[in-house]
Amino acid sequence: MVRYIIKRILAGLLTALAVATLTFFIMNLVPGGPFLAEKAVTPQAQAAMEAKYGLDKPLFVQYLTYMNDLLHGNMGMSLKKRGFTVNDIIRNKFPVSARLGGMAVLVAVLIGVPLGAIAAYKRGGTADNVIILFSTAGIAVPSFLTSTLMMYLLSVRLKLLPSLGLDSPASYIMPVIALALYPSCYIARLMRSSMLDVIGQDYMRTARAKGVSPFKSIFKHALRNAILPVVTYLGPLLASLMTGSFIIEKIFTIPGLGHEFVSAIPSRDYPLIMGTTIFLATFIIFMNVLVDIAYAFIDPRIKLK
Amino acid sequence: MENGKNFLSLQLNAEDFLPATEDEKESLVVMRESVGFWKDGFRRFRKNRIAMAALAVVVLILVLAFLVPLIYPYAYEQQMKGSERLGPFQYSQKELERMAGGEAVFPHFLGTDQNGRDYTIRVLVGARVSMTVGIIASTLILLIGAVYGAVAGYFGGKVDMVMMRIVDVLYTIPDVLIIILLAQVLKFPLQSLSKVPGFGWITAMGPNMVSMFLVFALLYWVGMARIVRGQIMVLKQNEYITAAKALGATDGRIIRKHLITNCIGTLIVTTTLQIPSSIFTESFLSFLGLGVQAPMPSLGSLASNALNGLQTYPEKLFAPAFMIFIIILSFNLLGDGLRDAFDPKMKK
Repeated sequence: MVRYIIKRILAGLLTALAVATLTFFIMNLVPGGPFLAEKAVTPQAQAAMEAKYGLDKPLFVQYLTYMNDLLHGNMGMSLKKRGFTVNDIIRNKFPVSARLGGMAVLVAVLIGVPLGAIAAYKRGGTADNVIILFSTAGIAVPSFLTSTLMMYLLSVRLKLLPSLGLDSPASYIMPVIALALYPSCYIARLMRSSMLDVIGQDYMRTARAKGVSPFKSIFKHALRNAILPVVTYLGPLLASLMTGSFIIEKIFTIPGLGHEFVSAIPSRDYPLIMGTTIFLATFIIFMNVLVDIAYAFIDPRIKLK
Repeated sequence: MENGKNFLSLQLNAEDFLPATEDEKESLVVMRESVGFWKDGFRRFRKNRIAMAALAVVVLILVLAFLVPLIYPYAYEQQMKGSERLGPFQYSQKELERMAGGEAVFPHFLGTDQNGRDYTIRVLVGARVSMTVGIIASTLILLIGAVYGAVAGYFGGKVDMVMMRIVDVLYTIPDVLIIILLAQVLKFPLQSLSKVPGFGWITAMGPNMVSMFLVFALLYWVGMARIVRGQIMVLKQNEYITAAKALGATDGRIIRKHLITNCIGTLIVTTTLQIPSSIFTESFLSFLGLGVQAPMPSLGSLASNALNGLQTYPEKLFAPAFMIFIIILSFNLLGDGLRDAFDPKMKK
């Protein structure tokens, strides 16, 4: 088990290294540069700027310097936000996105798992049909539509909720709903189909035969066996939502990491692009390892090797 | 007795020994007509009312998006002076005068936009763009993902490990990064390429759309590759693969003739479910301004543009939003129906 985990973490680090290398070279090979967009820059000033940030050196030397710094935990200075290191920016913006994303995932699990379980339990009944109807419709709405329509209804028309920023608890409501709608519907569907598989198993009949109540058999015996696909889905979901959704952060003007990352790309803020990409990639890889380990705890039949 | 025969007589009736007619043979066949994979699947698909309704809606949208614009009296880029920002079924001053003169004026069902372009046709053409992107992107994903996954799954071992690590890396790189960078890289090469005879379609589609296809082709096949690999790894354990090998079939032939054909159900289903997710991505990118270029509309860019006038013209957002919803919903339901019909694991 420990050997397996170590092996997975090492493989993950290798993947992260490959992502970093690939991103570095793709980013630098694209024509254009960070200081071209600014107007009225004399060639001397541009050369001076490039020299200051080491962009005048050969690409491979830049790569080695960057990797060396990265291994020492230093992701460099932002080229556009003068005076801020990339570490600072991630440290400041990540908590905002993480809180929002974490809440959305929590809501999605709390809604999706019970709904899926109920739908499977009442298979073919009214509750099942209603849940299927809503979850199928829910995965057909892109989050930018949910958020704009909500904004129109709740902020513009009814003036119930603040439309911008994250200043009050009430301003969390719309972004969290917009982020959580798709995953909760997806989880409900996933949960329903895996629950239906489990309900047909022999041990469920045994549990009922020895007198376990229907409710307990569903929520104790079946749930634990049926939740594995949901856990698989949760890993990458948690990573992508916690590192910030650009669309949602843009619509609700939330100062999060997703917005920082996407606006860094057109302005060619190289260190910021590298930093956020590596952060995101490592997070996804780490979550996937965590999911594999969680398997072994949820289902002891699974042997990690 | 009858025929005047003695009942103890052993003389047999010659008629009983005539060859059986076709009808008689038919009545003795106990087995049903054999039902093939396709026939069986379609029979089950036809019974699924929701899936059939979804199919009808998809066909209806295809007609609306691809045929109706050909006969529609307005063009999507046609700007009508004086008819800016009309509400649904409103007419401009000029059009009212023409109507007073006895001329028939085709109504603007959804009004017009800030440049005086008929909004109905823009939504329809936007649906066409989104559907085209969805279908072409899914085809690219199908081709690349199926071949890659099949090769990795069939050869296994070191080949598989290296190929799947590449998939892991591609899966982890943020797609927005590649899309923005690629759009910048490809802008000039594509513009010069579009002047070469035979490549004029690039201008028609817009360089952004072409780079979007390239991104789909580069990044989004990884999911398909994983699914196909999983299937192939199970399928290759079958005896008929060993038999084919023993008969001297080449690896390429086994993959093409035996393995890919046997996971065709999965391929169809995954591709159908890929179309809505490609449309999802396209509308997301167009919403960010990275999708198709003006004046060409897409559902995402229409929704994005409608945001500015949300307070005064909410219907400009509702129309493309509803269209996206219906397209994605009907493709999802169609895909679910196909899976229930064709996925062997779903047979009950």
